[in-house]
Amino acid sequence: MKDEFEPRIIGFLCKWCSYAGADLAGTSRLQYPPSLLPIRVMCSSRVDPLFVITAFLRGADAVLIAGCHPGDCHYQEGNYYARRRFACVRKVFETLGMETDRLRLSWISASEGPRFANVITEYTEKVKKLGPNPAKKKIFL
Amino acid sequence: MSSALKINKGAEEGLRELLKFLLEKERVKSIFTLRKINENGTVGYSIITDSNMLKDAVPLFPLMPQNAGKSLSRLTMKGHLFEPIAAVVRPCELRSFIELVKREQGSLENIIFISITCPGTYPLEMSLDGDIIKKLPDYEEGIKKNNIISDIRPICRACEHFIPYSADMTLALIGKEDIDKNCEIFLHTEKAKAIIEGMDGELVDRELETQEVKNLRSKREEEKRKLFKEINFEGFGLSGLIDTFGRCIGCHGCNQVCPICYCELCDFDSRDYEYEPSTYENELKKRGGVRVPPNTVLYHLGRLTHVSVSCVGCGMCMDVCPADIPLSTIFLKVGEEVQKLFNYIPGKNVEEAVPLTKYEKEEFAEVED
Repeated sequence: MKDEFEPRIIGFLCKWCSYAGADLAGTSRLQYPPSLLPIRVMCSSRVDPLFVITAFLRGADAVLIAGCHPGDCHYQEGNYYARRRFACVRKVFETLGMETDRLRLSWISASEGPRFANVITEYTEKVKKLGPNPAKKKIFL
Repeated sequence: MSSALKINKGAEEGLRELLKFLLEKERVKSIFTLRKINENGTVGYSIITDSNMLKDAVPLFPLMPQNAGKSLSRLTMKGHLFEPIAAVVRPCELRSFIELVKREQGSLENIIFISITCPGTYPLEMSLDGDIIKKLPDYEEGIKKNNIISDIRPICRACEHFIPYSADMTLALIGKEDIDKNCEIFLHTEKAKAIIEGMDGELVDRELETQEVKNLRSKREEEKRKLFKEINFEGFGLSGLIDTFGRCIGCHGCNQVCPICYCELCDFDSRDYEYEPSTYENELKKRGGVRVPPNTVLYHLGRLTHVSVSCVGCGMCMDVCPADIPLSTIFLKVGEEVQKLFNYIPGKNVEEAVPLTKYEKEEFAEVED
């Protein structure tokens, strides 16, 4: 059991929806794997592609960006921009032959505690199958 | 069909004639063009107001000493020009300028764009020792035979956007067998038609998109496939990135010359990328080794994600790379794929917003989980 690979997922969670969703999952005492390292951002559109790449190259096994459902953004339209930007980063990864499964965009609202727990559980399982991020052992910073 | 001005002079001479006419008749106040710096093939962009100086103008010289889009942006960044200027630029330079204008880094006001159907340019390193001067006969021969000219930059060999999208006038070069005897300057806008009023030459109806142009485009497509094959993008992955960018010396020359990388204060030049010793120690504990200087892969991946949507494939990045990293090929490929997502051709139309600054409510469901 000890040697089993426990993925580390860096999560950029929007303050208004997904972070609150995570809180709700906690206060509702829902169980999910301790694999997520949450970083609160004011909006999913605050996530510059550089954040994602930095996390990835520093050895995060996966990067999750979570925000309000389309139409529910606290700033009206931030998540639409985030989605375009995410599509762009994903395409860069795909074109260069890197694993796009290590990047994920999910919409989780403040009332979706169970969905939050599900997303983390499910994604952790998926990343477990992918194995550790090969960037971990590469010599570059 | 569009109307064109046929001049009974060779292409270079005919174009110079046109520029002279524009200056002398005061249709424009100045000309922005390549000009000889010495006789050895060193050229640079200049603005000329004195028509006597036009004798040193070499508007068709097959070299891109810098991306003119970037130069024009510097000229108009703080406000538009008050008097008309004619700018002779290559299609990719025009496209980069349009992209910069979209980002409010320049203004199209009062600029008349004269472009060419572009046969390509030689690498920057060939501008030394008169190498390009020696190549000029080959260059002309290549244009006449409608071949991909040997020794031009790989990015030019693979370029399909060699017909300008939004120029006021276009001098046709591709596949013209008699470019040393006569030339055709296409007039795309009313502005162009108005300013050449009274110029010697015959107004004719011509097609810019000739069979020769189509032939060359398919040759270049083939060349592009070959170029992409060399890199083997499918099997690239993280090791490919480390192999390729590992030899980067971190000079950041590519972002200095890139017309799309316009940020005044680049994140990568900031002190945020200088780390505490403890950061290095932590990384060393994890990895057993750390590259110095760090962050080369991050830098290039970062630039790819920031720039790819608007990359016009001008190839300046590769031209200046001292480590010979095939940057322009990688940027061209990634750029194409990203641009396909948004069905966007950078620099084609100034009215069309940069894709990352707009959105549709229903789209990209496939990237959501």
